[in-house]
Amino acid sequence: MDYATLLQVLDSTIRLATPLLLACLAGLYSERAGIFDIGLEGKMLAAAFLSAAVAFVTGSVWLGLLAGIAASMFLSAIHGLASITFRGNQLISGVAINFLASGLTVLIAQAWFSQGGRTPSLTGAGRFTPWEWPFAEAIIPVPVVGPLYGELLSGHTAIVYLALAMVPISWYVLFRTRFGLRLRAVGENPAAVDTAGVSVVGLRFAAVAICGVLCGVAGAYLATSLQAGFVKEMTAGRGYIALAALIFAKWRPWYALYACLLFGFLQAVALRFQNLDLGLFVVPVEFMDALPYILTVVILAGFVGKAIPPRAGGEPYIKER
Amino acid sequence: MDKMPRWADVLLVPVISLLLAAILSAMVILGIGENPLEALGYMVEGALGSSNGWSYTLYYATNFIFTGLAVAIAFHASLFNIGGEGQATLGGLGVALVCLALPWPHWTLALPAAIVGGAAFGAAWALIPAYLQAKRGSHIVITTIMFNYIAFALIIYLLNNGLKPVGQMESSSARFPDGAHLPTLEDMAALIGIEAFQRAPANISLFLALLAAYGVWVLLWRTPLGFEIRAFGKSEPAGRYAGISPTKIIMITMLISGGLAGLMAVNTVMGEAERLVNNSVQNAGFIGIAVALMGRSHPLGILIAGLLFGFLVQGGAELAFWTSIPTELIIVIQALVILFTGALDNMVRMPVEALFNRRRLAQSAARTPAE
Repeated sequence: MDYATLLQVLDSTIRLATPLLLACLAGLYSERAGIFDIGLEGKMLAAAFLSAAVAFVTGSVWLGLLAGIAASMFLSAIHGLASITFRGNQLISGVAINFLASGLTVLIAQAWFSQGGRTPSLTGAGRFTPWEWPFAEAIIPVPVVGPLYGELLSGHTAIVYLALAMVPISWYVLFRTRFGLRLRAVGENPAAVDTAGVSVVGLRFAAVAICGVLCGVAGAYLATSLQAGFVKEMTAGRGYIALAALIFAKWRPWYALYACLLFGFLQAVALRFQNLDLGLFVVPVEFMDALPYILTVVILAGFVGKAIPPRAGGEPYIKER
Repeated sequence: MDKMPRWADVLLVPVISLLLAAILSAMVILGIGENPLEALGYMVEGALGSSNGWSYTLYYATNFIFTGLAVAIAFHASLFNIGGEGQATLGGLGVALVCLALPWPHWTLALPAAIVGGAAFGAAWALIPAYLQAKRGSHIVITTIMFNYIAFALIIYLLNNGLKPVGQMESSSARFPDGAHLPTLEDMAALIGIEAFQRAPANISLFLALLAAYGVWVLLWRTPLGFEIRAFGKSEPAGRYAGISPTKIIMITMLISGGLAGLMAVNTVMGEAERLVNNSVQNAGFIGIAVALMGRSHPLGILIAGLLFGFLVQGGAELAFWTSIPTELIIVIQALVILFTGALDNMVRMPVEALFNRRRLAQSAARTPAE
């Protein structure tokens, strides 16, 4: 593999890791607050559809982004209502949300655009445009460093940089602010937080809302940046890969970045090479597709360090009277 | 806290939940500019209006009974098996391998072997998640989701490498031998001289599903193992105190659950397609979740819920054929059923409970004389 190919693969690694990272961080907030969320997939899908639809109709990708966030927040609200207010089963609620998004997006897309459950292709201002870094064009001829700067680092859309920036921001918010401390506490021992006079319900709703915003951005990125428009089931299991990355990262922001880059890299390699010939044997593309899931099972099995979820995760909090 | 009467728990709450799901489904249909009553008409006509429609309805119902039972038995042990889709996929592989292994002379020989193959492969796919849950405490929901995706990749790989006959373009296995052909409802109706269910997929597996439902009922409510499963599911510490081994219960329950999901393949792969194709499960594993929730994890409830979803899926296909409403409508309905009978159960239960409590208080107040 020569340098140019490597750069290409790494470039698409960054692009493919971005939605995973956003969704993974979304899940991080929610699960750190004790709300399991297997509905990341559905929220991304809903956001992808509505952002593409609104971006197409209005011609503005930013309005599309807002609409995507709104769609994701709506599903988050359902999840919050079911799992916080009515203390229902968070996993079942997540499953319901995934199916709701999977069905409604196609149904509404068909009703609005009559193109077999997709939105029309987005062009021009309907998509996010790449940000060229200063001197990117000029520096490319410089050997090694030039393409690294000009092609790999420069030339992604705003959301890619936003996603990367969200890693230190999330770390700071969760581990260096009072809100973050309380949010993590509510996922470990909600009764203690309640005793301290802080609202468990309020904190958990805040976490679920942040999760909705980030999933919304992730979905909008898929439809308006990575691709040009919404197609049926376009998330293609990314919500579950993000979930896997979250476990892989043991619910920590920086590790989430590494996990998502790794899984993004696997996707990029699978996309670029199909069946990977390693000389001795051929790695089939199906194996590359399944690798994130296999790795997660291995991690979950506890062979490579134990992944311990937040202690109060998945349990509704019942206030004592 | 006071309990409400049993009939309210078993009937009233689920019926209200379903009504809410139905009302919202109707609003969705209205929202996309179609008439819900007209849509229902198409669905009833398409699914129940002819013996052919009935046959499709029963064919789908057979799948959902199997996957519904699979989810339900795990629910009884407080385990959430989302892996029905993957387990049924592997069950399909097991059934296909059995059917292709020998030139079966007659279906009476092929069927028992296929049952063993499907159940064994389905159970095997639940084995690792079960072991990881029992021994290492890895959450079964996450592992079964991961195993779904691993199963999809595995089947695509096997269909393209090995199972596909040389020279064939389409990625599917070879056709099963004629001796592995299961009697369809049409064949069975012809035996007693009735011409019905023409060119339709429902087959003898339907009776296998009914048998499985009865078997699950006997297991759960009439055997010591079933008692242990339910006791463990109600309270793990209490079960442990009573000498029930969590490892044993988790393993056995998940193996049965995976086996039931795998049995679905007898209906689809052996009974209908007669070869292994990609995506032979078609969401049935996931619909099983809705069926189990709606059926309150009771075999009788699952039979009813399975039939309802069989009607929905077949009716939805007809609806998509005659109108511009895509089949995804069924996924929305499925989601709403899961939402209202599962996640938002308390939303209905709390007010109903409060209503009964208030009535009881009022009655007892009326009975005790004022002091």
